[in-house]
Amino acid sequence: MANPNKAKAERGLMRWIDDRFPATQMWQEHLSEYYAPKNFNFWYFFGSLALLVLVNQILTGVWLTMSFNPSAEGAFASVEYIMRDVEYGWLIRYMHSTGASAFFLVVYLHMFRGLLYGSYKAPRELVWIFGMAIYLALMAEAFMGYLLPWGQMSYWGAQVIISLFSAIPGIGPDLAQWVRGDYLISGITLNRFFALHVVALPIVILALVVLHIIALHEVGSNNPDGIDIKAKKDETGKPLDGIPFHPYYTVKDIVGVAVFLFVFCAVIFYFPEGGGYFLEKPNFEPANPLKTPDHIAPVWYFTPFYAILRAITFSLFGLDAKFLGVIFMGAAIAVLFVLPWLDRSPVRSIRYKGWISKIMLVLFAISFVILGVLGVLPPTAGRTLLAQVCTVIYFAFFLLMPIYTRLEKTKPVPERVTG
Amino acid sequence: MKKQLFALLFALVPMAALAAGGEGVHLRSMSPDLENQASLQSGMKLYVNYCMGCHSLEYQRFSRAAEDLDMPQVLVEDNLIFSPDLGYNDQMHKAMSAEDAEVWFGKAPPDLTLEARLRGTDWIYTYLLSFYRDSERATGVNNVVFPSVGMPNVLEPLQGVQEQVCAASDHAVGDAELDPLTGKFQSCETLQITSPGSMEPKEFEQAVYDLTNFLAYVGEPSKLHAQALGPKVLIFIFLFGIVAYFLKREYWRDIH
Repeated sequence: MANPNKAKAERGLMRWIDDRFPATQMWQEHLSEYYAPKNFNFWYFFGSLALLVLVNQILTGVWLTMSFNPSAEGAFASVEYIMRDVEYGWLIRYMHSTGASAFFLVVYLHMFRGLLYGSYKAPRELVWIFGMAIYLALMAEAFMGYLLPWGQMSYWGAQVIISLFSAIPGIGPDLAQWVRGDYLISGITLNRFFALHVVALPIVILALVVLHIIALHEVGSNNPDGIDIKAKKDETGKPLDGIPFHPYYTVKDIVGVAVFLFVFCAVIFYFPEGGGYFLEKPNFEPANPLKTPDHIAPVWYFTPFYAILRAITFSLFGLDAKFLGVIFMGAAIAVLFVLPWLDRSPVRSIRYKGWISKIMLVLFAISFVILGVLGVLPPTAGRTLLAQVCTVIYFAFFLLMPIYTRLEKTKPVPERVTG
Repeated sequence: MKKQLFALLFALVPMAALAAGGEGVHLRSMSPDLENQASLQSGMKLYVNYCMGCHSLEYQRFSRAAEDLDMPQVLVEDNLIFSPDLGYNDQMHKAMSAEDAEVWFGKAPPDLTLEARLRGTDWIYTYLLSFYRDSERATGVNNVVFPSVGMPNVLEPLQGVQEQVCAASDHAVGDAELDPLTGKFQSCETLQITSPGSMEPKEFEQAVYDLTNFLAYVGEPSKLHAQALGPKVLIFIFLFGIVAYFLKREYWRDIH
């Protein structure tokens, strides 16, 4: 067994540190004595997985930065240099490019979990809002990162998205030019996107993640039943339905990590292009401002919002279709921020909400996926109509929520967590 | 200034349309075999002899190809590097200067390092087999997959002269429908060798396969390494997952 002298020395070292920094206290508050409900299910893996992918993106990103050349003349060639001449550069690059898609996948599932079990409802409004801010920063991070390889789709994707700013009446064109730093996307744009992608936004995202977790640990985790486990405590003050996050959820999340990594690595080693969705084919050609690709589609994780943008084909209230599209696209994201105040249901979890909430959530999820698919495809009259229908459902889910959550009959919520 | 921009735009639109070339053309399928080193070596030999005069492989080094395709350095230096300016560790730069290329072909021939990832191997394979005589073109040839292409049929000495004739074909041609009786496609756009080259048709198709296979390798030389490393990583994660699962079960025994 352990040497008692050594154990004493460690206690001595820990005490020395604890006198100067709350290491043991933080360990207890956030892990060994943070009580989480014992009934977490499949949907609860994606928070820790998002953290894992964030670490992956930061580490691989640091190593990519060592060999990447952020200039219009050298960016494309330096990516191929990483792919060919840097030791394991291909692996680092594929981990980063696949990681971007994986990040959105786990974040979408994580957000859907919030919708399912009402994790945004009081007292977790700030947890949700910090999470939404992370999502917004992540979208900016991904968008700017996608310009860096300086391929055709990098260039034209950025061109299309930044030109959206120019739809804003009055200041639009100047604003778009200010964002680009040039009349067209150019090396100037590449340089500033590089700075934002590797320095500014990662700092913002990390800070927001800390806020997200501090806010969560202040109020405690929700659970699939949506009930408050702090309401029932034993004589020592521990929640009856709570278990310490460490070791119970750390060992459980490691199983999730193994499953995730298996799929993630299978993609990295065998399908790094993700069928043309993770790495788009036109991006294997260097950016050429004089040659527009036949079909410009954003990366898959932006396509639901891109489809909403394109679904607005009509002018309204004197606003032209393009600007109106931009407004709808922005509103589609903005409405998520106020979700905690739209849901008036007395219960949190979908398990105890009424049938209207259930149907609306299913319709919402289906429309979101359909919009995602439509955003990849070139528009036709039929597809635009479908996108319009899905856009209506998307907004109806949120805007009618104050009505249907109040009207519907909910089921009684159990006293203690179930299965 | 504005007028000039518009003129430029109008000049570019048809060019972009041409460059996109061959939407809806039937492509013959070709699956690369990166394990087949004989094919890759033969493809590289064809590439340096027939393609590299005009098309660089800007990101591919001779040395890397030699290592991956298991070719001794001496052999590569003696037989595959022709330019005195290029060394064993250099990238495979074309012989022709970009300025000359602009003058001779109107547009500099593109770098082909990533062509297989950009257009796909089916496209390259079909394209190289689809040149035919067209007296209206400056180069004397046209291409089914890439109409009005600027490139001459550099493989013609091997393939022979190919022309569009009214005949039955084993492969899908244009809009022609499959004849259920013969199992062939009847069309007046069928390509046929009218004057043989130094290779038999089957032999030539194999050569084009090898060349395409080589370009598939060049597009992603790390693929071989990924496929070698992949199983080891996946098996490790799988075993790790089993251990993690039992660890979780052990810890959770006292919950519920």
